[in-house]
Formats: sequence, structure tokens, C-alpha cells
Amino acid sequence: MASFPPKFKVLVDKEVCTGCLKCTLQCPFDVHIYDKEGFKASGKDKDERKNFIVRNQENCVACQRCVFTCPVKCIQIEVRPPTYNPHPVWTDAVRRDLKTQSDTGGVLLAAMGNEQPYPSYFDRLVIDACQVTNPSIDPLREPMELRTYLGRKPEKLEFEDNGTSLKTQLAKNLKLETPIMIAHMSYGAISLNAHKSLANAAAEQGTFMGTGEGGLHKDLYHLADSIIVQVASGRFAVHEEYLKTGAAVEIKIGQGAKPGIGGHLPGRKITEPISKTRMIPVGSDALSPAPHHDIYSIEDLSRLIYAIKEATRYKKPVFVKIAAVNNSAPIATGIIRAGADAVVLDGFTAGTGAAPQVIRNNLGIPIEAAIASVDQRLRDEGIRHWGSIIASGSMRSSGDVAKAIALGADAVYIGTASLISLGCTVCKQCFTGKCAWGIATQDPNLTKRLDPEVGARRVSNLIGAWSHELQEILGALGLNSLESLRGNRDRLRGVGLSQTELDVLDVLPAGR
Amino acid sequence: MCGLGGFINKDGKKVDGTAITTMGGMMEARYDERGGGFAAYGIYPNHSDQYALHLLFDDERAREATEEYLKDRVNIVKDECIPTASVKEIAPVHVPWRYFIDVPEDFEAVEADFLVDTVMKINGSIPGAFVISSGKNMGVFKATGLPRNVAALFKISDYKAYAWSVHGRFPTNTQGWWGGAHPFNILDWSVVHNGEISSYGTNKRYLEMHGYECKLRTDTEVVAYLFDLLVRKHGLSAEVACSIMSPPFWKNIDRSDKREYYEALRMTYAPAMLNGPFAIIVNNKDSMIAFNDRIKLRPLIAAELGETTFVASEEAAIREIEPELDRVWAPRAGSPVIARLNNAGGK
Repeated sequence: MASFPPKFKVLVDKEVCTGCLKCTLQCPFDVHIYDKEGFKASGKDKDERKNFIVRNQENCVACQRCVFTCPVKCIQIEVRPPTYNPHPVWTDAVRRDLKTQSDTGGVLLAAMGNEQPYPSYFDRLVIDACQVTNPSIDPLREPMELRTYLGRKPEKLEFEDNGTSLKTQLAKNLKLETPIMIAHMSYGAISLNAHKSLANAAAEQGTFMGTGEGGLHKDLYHLADSIIVQVASGRFAVHEEYLKTGAAVEIKIGQGAKPGIGGHLPGRKITEPISKTRMIPVGSDALSPAPHHDIYSIEDLSRLIYAIKEATRYKKPVFVKIAAVNNSAPIATGIIRAGADAVVLDGFTAGTGAAPQVIRNNLGIPIEAAIASVDQRLRDEGIRHWGSIIASGSMRSSGDVAKAIALGADAVYIGTASLISLGCTVCKQCFTGKCAWGIATQDPNLTKRLDPEVGARRVSNLIGAWSHELQEILGALGLNSLESLRGNRDRLRGVGLSQTELDVLDVLPAGR
Repeated sequence: MCGLGGFINKDGKKVDGTAITTMGGMMEARYDERGGGFAAYGIYPNHSDQYALHLLFDDERAREATEEYLKDRVNIVKDECIPTASVKEIAPVHVPWRYFIDVPEDFEAVEADFLVDTVMKINGSIPGAFVISSGKNMGVFKATGLPRNVAALFKISDYKAYAWSVHGRFPTNTQGWWGGAHPFNILDWSVVHNGEISSYGTNKRYLEMHGYECKLRTDTEVVAYLFDLLVRKHGLSAEVACSIMSPPFWKNIDRSDKREYYEALRMTYAPAMLNGPFAIIVNNKDSMIAFNDRIKLRPLIAAELGETTFVASEEAAIREIEPELDRVWAPRAGSPVIARLNNAGGK
């Protein structure tokens, strides 16, 4: 007996249903089950087959796969109204968690970002606009520049030959045509088709995709100029060619969804091609330790940064990713001083394929506060140009991107948004490996549902659309280049924030 | 909207303040009485080796505090009230004062930085005291009022200079006050500006990282500090500084044979780019530089007659003082007008 009532109602319009059985083939969660034997035994007409589909409502995760694939659109999923006697402290969600944990005795697993109702600072920041004195600019008629360079910049330039030729040698930077990159999601956590879609979209938009810590499948090496390869604590898939192939290397220390926690890809997801890419045996669990076992201090990190730089002949920028935590500002300056070309800040609402729920819901700080404090700290130390700031963690729209940049970020990563673009409905079952949309799964029957060409077009559309919207925002601000918005907190105002919060974000309240 | 104008005689020939006052007066439709000012170069030949600090004091206490502060830091060679006439349109809310100072020998190697620091300290920490200019053999005169009344107040026609600029202000972002009038100055850089620096927050925070404090409550200030940083501290030419502040578009850079050069400039100096509508005239002791924003959202006209180069918001302002000109042109967006003294360093 289940410990709690089903969360969703599966409603089927029997008048409309044709009994085609598509839902029974599409649902990976065993909600729609066809009782073939029963139907045969009944000797009934084919028209009656629809009455032999059993609906196991308790298995439903509201992924909507059946709803979208039903040829006659006769299925509807509804949230069941709360069934427990209401209580403000012991909410339904709390009671479900307690019962689940009592069933299994285990750590509760969760997927996607933090679900606690913390306030969003993005939602309490508004963007300025021009009226009269500084004319707004129409991006359809005037150039509007989003190009961004990530990496170390010199403090100043020196010239020779009477100022005509450049003497200063610039460090290798990544050139982005839009400040929106695709976040690190590993091949293993997501399917090869998903990786292909994202990599092609990044290449098409002149931006970059992160590999995550699962390495890069050989089929994607031809797109490596648009790919940032990751080195994480498990060191899966890390070899010389991998490092040299990517456009940049990112060392992952932590991630926003699970600060201080490693990763766990279950053995059943380690199929043959994943085993080859990750360089681990088929079927073995891929466990990433919480810390890197060769990094116990900032000086250890510096060694790894320079080991990678040596291995790549100083031709690849090296980024370091951390979860946004209380001490992000001094940690980030340490990272930049340790030699990193960019620091990636991952906020506490960042997504994941699997994390302990208690970690995901309770650890870390909002990305907005981390961007503001890291940017200011680097300036206070006079080293803002030494490295770039990349922000990630639940960027929901181009508005969030513009605000992140105005607070001080150079660029952002989008993860969940790009998956939603591919078809994800945020049903939060990534860790089950049963993704009905072919994204977070390695089951060949499921992964084939994602056509990488269609996927690439959709994600490219999304990034292109956000880029157009960023241009509109810049135009409204009277700016024709993104660099004039970067760190320009003057063009933000806070609504409904305390003075302390305004001070942290370094923005004025609306009306002032 | 504002009106601005200026001219420089490349031979260093000086004229009195009558012409520049006339030039400013021709553009009265462009501004109101909430801020006018002048910058003049070559006006203190007897003190040409000393820094001339022009200050505005709210009261006697501010002056005493400033004097105490300066005495500890520099050698005051001479100080006096800047001569003024009584003008009924301008209430004397500040006392204008000037100090001619020498920087102590110990600091000679870092003289300019020392002086910038001194100016920042006074403006940032002495209530009621504002340094409005701090160059050698030059000065800024400004107040809340029409340029012609400000000229009368400061007896501008009594000064003789080889380079002049004028500004009439129609303030739309910060309230009008004497210190907020143009020109803005640091060392011998002075700036007059028509428009709005929409990238102010980015520029300000970049300058703060380099030790500048933006305390004057207006956006134009950042232009003076950017010139000081780029040209004096980083040793870049005025041409390079202009292509940092008003750079070519990427689409032009990408097909330019100097792609690498411009890419390096934009990468390195991205936070120094000025964005928003502007026409700006910048002077220092050797030159006059005028330039526009990248899509020319503010008017700027240039002209030449013999060894004199003129710039202004309106051609009429130039024609009013010199009806016959050798050449008149509208500089393209991103193409600065740069006129240098033939004998740079001349007085």
C-alpha cells in the first residue's frame, strides 16, 4: 500500500479515446498499462479495447508525454487537491517526504532546482528606460552589439611604432556573439541526442556549451570550437586530447544545486558509449567525490589550473566553477588570483539531474547576491579585469540575463531553460533515467524521441530570441553595446527590498 | 540639450574672453539659466609652473578647512578670491577662490597622481568645498546662470587664452548647482558635454577601481577622469582614447585590416566605452579634442580659419565670431576632431 495518495489525476475522455494504445507505449512510468490478456479473453470488439487500458495514477509524474502524443487529445492530467487535513506547518509536501523517507530509510533524491519559496531578487529588480533626454535606440535600425569576450584582459595596452601597432599580447579569450551559454550537463545525465542538440545550437549562435563532467562523445569533436570541457572531481573522461580539443576548460569545484556534494550516476546509466566516453567500465557507478582529491586549498587549485594550462600550452582559458555560498567573494578573488580566467558562480536555484533534496533546498545563496558581491570585491582589489564572471542558476528569461549582467556578470549559462526548449516539462524525474522526452535518459527507446536536428533548432531559436530581447532592452536603455550595461547597477532599481538588501546588491530603490 | 563651443589657436595666439562669450550667447535656445561655464588655457602666464586650483566654497569654514588641509600637503605660493562682478541674475551662493601651488619635492615623481588625490580628498571629505579645476596655467569658471551672465560674473573678458571652451546647460539628470555646471576638470583636462552618458554606472565603477571618486553628482565628470586615466596614466594618444570611448562597431572592425588592434582596444577597455547621446569637447594644455557618440545623436560642427580650429553645437555660433571660414564640416560619428598646438607644451 502506498504511503500517500496520488498527486495527479489522469483523466481520459472515453468518448474520444480510440484505444490506439499510444499512451501505453509512450509512458515510461507505467501509468497507462494495456491489459492485453484481459482484452483477448473478453473476446470483445476492437472498439472496446480502450476499456482495457488500466491507469496507474499513483505513478504519474505529470510529464505530459501522453497528453501531447495522444492522437485525439483525450488525456488530461490534473493536480489532485490536497487530501490531508490542512496544516500550515505540516504541509502535504512535508508529510509526503516524511512518509517516503519512512518507507525507504534513505536520503531523499530530487531533480531540477530548489523548490522552496525563497524570494527571487531578479523579481524585485526593475530595469531603467530612456525617455526624451537620452533617446532610445531601435535595434531594427541601428547596430546593437552583444559580443562578449571571456577571459583575462590586461590592465592597459601598450603600443609601438608611434602608437600604430600593438605591443601588449592578450591572453586567449572566448569570443561570444551573445552572452548566453549553455550550462554544463553531462553526457550520461543527459542523452547523446540532447548533447548533440545543445552543441549544434551553441555553434549556430556563436556561443558555447559545457560538457559537464561526462566528457565529450567522439561524434561531437567536430563542434569542439563551441564546447567548454569540464574537469570535475571524478576526473571522468579527462585526457590530453579532450583538454586540447575544447575551446576552454572548466574546473568544477561545486554546483549551485548541491554545494559541497559530489555526483552519482548510477551504473544502469553507464552504457557502452558512455563507458567509452567516461573511461569507466560498463555498468559501474560513476561516483564523483565531494572535493577534488588533489584540491584541499587554494594553492592546490592553482596547481591544477596551471597543470591544465601547461597541458594546453596556454591556448585555452581555464574557468573555475563554484556554488554561490556565503564567502563567494573572497573565494572568487582567490580563484582569479590562482590563475583562473573566469569564475563561474552557480546560484542556489540552479538545476541538477539528481541531488539530495535537503541539500538542494537548503544550501547556498541567491545568484544575484553572489554576482554583486564578487564583482565588487574584484573591483575593490583592483583585479576585475583579471577574470570574467559567469553567472548561472535558473535564468528564466532575457530579463534575468540583463539583470545579471547589470549587477556585474560578463555572461550567463542556461541549463534548465535549454532543456525545456528541448521538450523537458520539469517533471523532476531526471534521476530515474526514465525521461519521457528522451533528454535525461540513456534508454534507446526513449532517447530516439529527441531528434537532434529539431532539438538544435529549438535551442538555437531560444538563444536567438533572448538575444533579440537583450537588444531590445539595450535599445530601451539607450545603449548600443552590452559592455555599457555590464556592472551598470545605476540602471537597476529595487522594489520591495530592505535597505540592507539594496546595499548588498548596490542598487537604489525605485523612485530614487 | 545643451550648447557647447570652443576653439584653439594652434600657434598659441591668445584672445580675450569676448569671442567665446559671443559664441555661447548664439546658442541660447539650447539651454536655460541652470548652468554655464568656461575653460581657458594660458591665462596665468605669471604662475605657469604652478598648479592653479579653482575652488568653490559654501562658507568661511569650508575655506579654512581647505586651507588647513592644503598647508599640510603643498606649498601655497599665492591665494586669492577669484575676482567677480555683481550680477543680478546670479546669487553669490559660493565664494570662488584660487590657489597657486607647488607640489613638494618628495612627490615630484608622482606629482600628477598626488594632485588628483588631493582634489579627490577635498571634494570627498571637506564639506562645502569643491575643486572645479586643478591644471597649470588654466582655469574653469562656472556657476548657475546663463553663460553670458557667468562671463560677466567672472569678468571673463579680462582673461586672455589660446584655447577656450563654453557650455550652456539644460540639466535633465541632476539638479543645477554651480559645481554641476560644465566644464568638468581634473589636472589640465576639461570637458564640456552635450548629452547623457547612459553608460555612467559602468564607467564610474571602472574609474573607482582606478582610484577616481565620482563625487560631483553628474555624468560628465567621468569623461575628464577617463581622459586622465587613458592619456596621462596609460600613455595612450588622444586618437586611441577617442577610439576607446567611441569605438567602431564590430561589423566594421571585423572587416578592417586593423581587426586585431581594435579588438584588443575594445576587449581591454570595454568599461571605458561611453554610451548614450553625446557631443564632447575636451581640452588640455596642448590640444582640443571633439567627438561624438557612435551614432551621432548630438550635433557637432567643426571649422578652421588659419591656425584656429573651432567646434560648436551650431555653425551659427562659429559664424557669429568668424563669418568667413576656410573650412566647415560635420564630423562623422566616431571621427574625432583633434587640434594640437604646433609647438606642443607652448604657453
